[in-house]
Amino acid sequence: MIVRQTQSRYAAQRIGGAALAVLALVILLLVLPNALSPFRLNLVGKYLCYALVALGLDLAWGYAGLLSLGQSVYFGLGAYAFGMYLKMESAHGTLPDFMGWSGLDALPGYWRPFNDPVFALAAAVLVPAGLAALFGYLMSRSRVSGVYFSIITQALAFIATTLFIGQQPFTGGTNGLTNFGTIFGQPLKEAAVQTQLFRVTVVALALCLAVALWLARSRFGRLLVAMRDDEQRLRFSGYNPTLLKAAVFGISGGMAGLAGALFAPQVGIVNPDSLGIILGIQMVIWVAVGGRGTLIGALLGAVAVNATQSAVSESFPDLWQYAIGALFVASVLIFPGGLVGALRSLPALGRKFAPPRPKPAQREHPGGTDPAPAELVQV
Amino acid sequence: MSGALLDVQDVEISFDGIKVLDRLSLQLQPGELRFLIGPNGAGKTTLLDVVSGKTRPHSGAVMFDGHNALRLAPNRLARLGMGRKFQTPAVFPSLTVWENLEAAGSFRDRGLDLLLPARGRIVDRLLEVLEITGLGLQAQERAGVLSHGQQQWLEIGMLLMHSPKLLLLDEPVAGLTRAERDRTSALLHAIRGSATATGCAILIVEHDMAFVRQFEATVTVLHQGRVLVEGPMATVQADERVIEVYLGRIETGGTAEAA
Repeated sequence: MIVRQTQSRYAAQRIGGAALAVLALVILLLVLPNALSPFRLNLVGKYLCYALVALGLDLAWGYAGLLSLGQSVYFGLGAYAFGMYLKMESAHGTLPDFMGWSGLDALPGYWRPFNDPVFALAAAVLVPAGLAALFGYLMSRSRVSGVYFSIITQALAFIATTLFIGQQPFTGGTNGLTNFGTIFGQPLKEAAVQTQLFRVTVVALALCLAVALWLARSRFGRLLVAMRDDEQRLRFSGYNPTLLKAAVFGISGGMAGLAGALFAPQVGIVNPDSLGIILGIQMVIWVAVGGRGTLIGALLGAVAVNATQSAVSESFPDLWQYAIGALFVASVLIFPGGLVGALRSLPALGRKFAPPRPKPAQREHPGGTDPAPAELVQV
Repeated sequence: MSGALLDVQDVEISFDGIKVLDRLSLQLQPGELRFLIGPNGAGKTTLLDVVSGKTRPHSGAVMFDGHNALRLAPNRLARLGMGRKFQTPAVFPSLTVWENLEAAGSFRDRGLDLLLPARGRIVDRLLEVLEITGLGLQAQERAGVLSHGQQQWLEIGMLLMHSPKLLLLDEPVAGLTRAERDRTSALLHAIRGSATATGCAILIVEHDMAFVRQFEATVTVLHQGRVLVEGPMATVQADERVIEVYLGRIETGGTAEAA
């Protein structure tokens, strides 16, 4: 839910928000790289990539009401696109190893430009963004919406996984792209390189958050909410909802793609799981647990759920899936507004347990604010 | 008829073999106020659906302000100056009154313009509309918490943000209290007052005869998808056929509400 405040509270909130953002940036950029072990830092970097996906998903789902169960497709495509560059660089001009194993003797033409990291990065963002925009456009034009839309996004994840496993000579099949050696000529495993990658991820996430907040608070963002509320009214107000859906879905796909591109070098492997249905559902859980329609909630949810998942899976490897399931159920039943919703309701909770103050006399509403009972004027 | 703002010619449409509109023709002049009455199932809402591009007729022609309305999608017609109000109030409940009006009024802005604050022209119009609809005090309230009547006024206000040439209002006073009905009547009179200059025509589907009598307007009576009678309220009320299919039952019942 989008809560509107009066102007002064809004300004105060903005200053508070800016201060928090600066603090978070300082901690992430300067404190964490020195405080955490390379292993832990790498984990946090992964969480931040996931947070970037959640951010885009929240724009589409929380604002425009488009629930994508297959956001992993765009994430995976971004990861593969940048993984292709890493693979080319590691092969040093020779044929990537898995192609040789699969009986290919020449590099496919479309692999060649991925030797250029700039091209690979652009492709990692633009291919998922374009595909997502096209998908949103076609679904809306065919008037596919609601749960049917979600099911088709999930089918897309299934199709993508099957396709990438089946095309082993070109994608590495089930193994995916592995054995990355260097990035921009630097050894990928080196701690300093990983720290730089972490910092780049932080900056990318911060920029995307700023863009997403701007979009959400602009008239564009309010049109997305309007579309979620009443698509027909929006159409009869002179807008084409199909273009709005294509735009917001494209933006969310582009963010997922960028996240994938940042994910690949930090994890050191890209495989079909990163396109898959399970990851796609987990992404929705991150946003739901954090609180949809708040953007910040999506970030918090992605980091919190994944950190919990790591902690639980380190101690109880067999139990973490149940823990995540329980967390999701709890967030739906107890905190429908997610973490952010729960935090926002804390002051109200405090008032509830505080000693009761004398209540001002309840004012009657003259004329009644309730809808009048439908008077039968029909003939 | 040339010069007509809205020209509906021989429109025919049937659902499941039942003719809902049967070679129906209707003209509306610029700036004209017209009421559309008729028993349930006469085809009033369907006619609005056809005119506003929601439903395509099987045959016939609809011209709006020189454009073939049957070739245009609802959003295109809205941009050409046709405003459609639905029977149940359709507003954006999560947005405030201000944001509802702003969203309705931003339809000319495309792409990146929508990322910037609304320009003065839109804000000026917004303030005018808040004034005319009397929703100034509710401007920062979410539309979802407004009363039924306030939502009706807000929806009309959203249409006014377009500075429309034609308003199609589907039962704007259904379910309203008497006080609210009077306010809607005043709102429509105010729109008429400011509209005659800009030439905004209004077509209103209405059941409430007491409400219709408050206006100097032509009344078109629909019956079984055809125009039964067209004329001033007094003439229509005296018409034998109308009394038989429609008003007669009201008169015997005493009031419209009793029927």
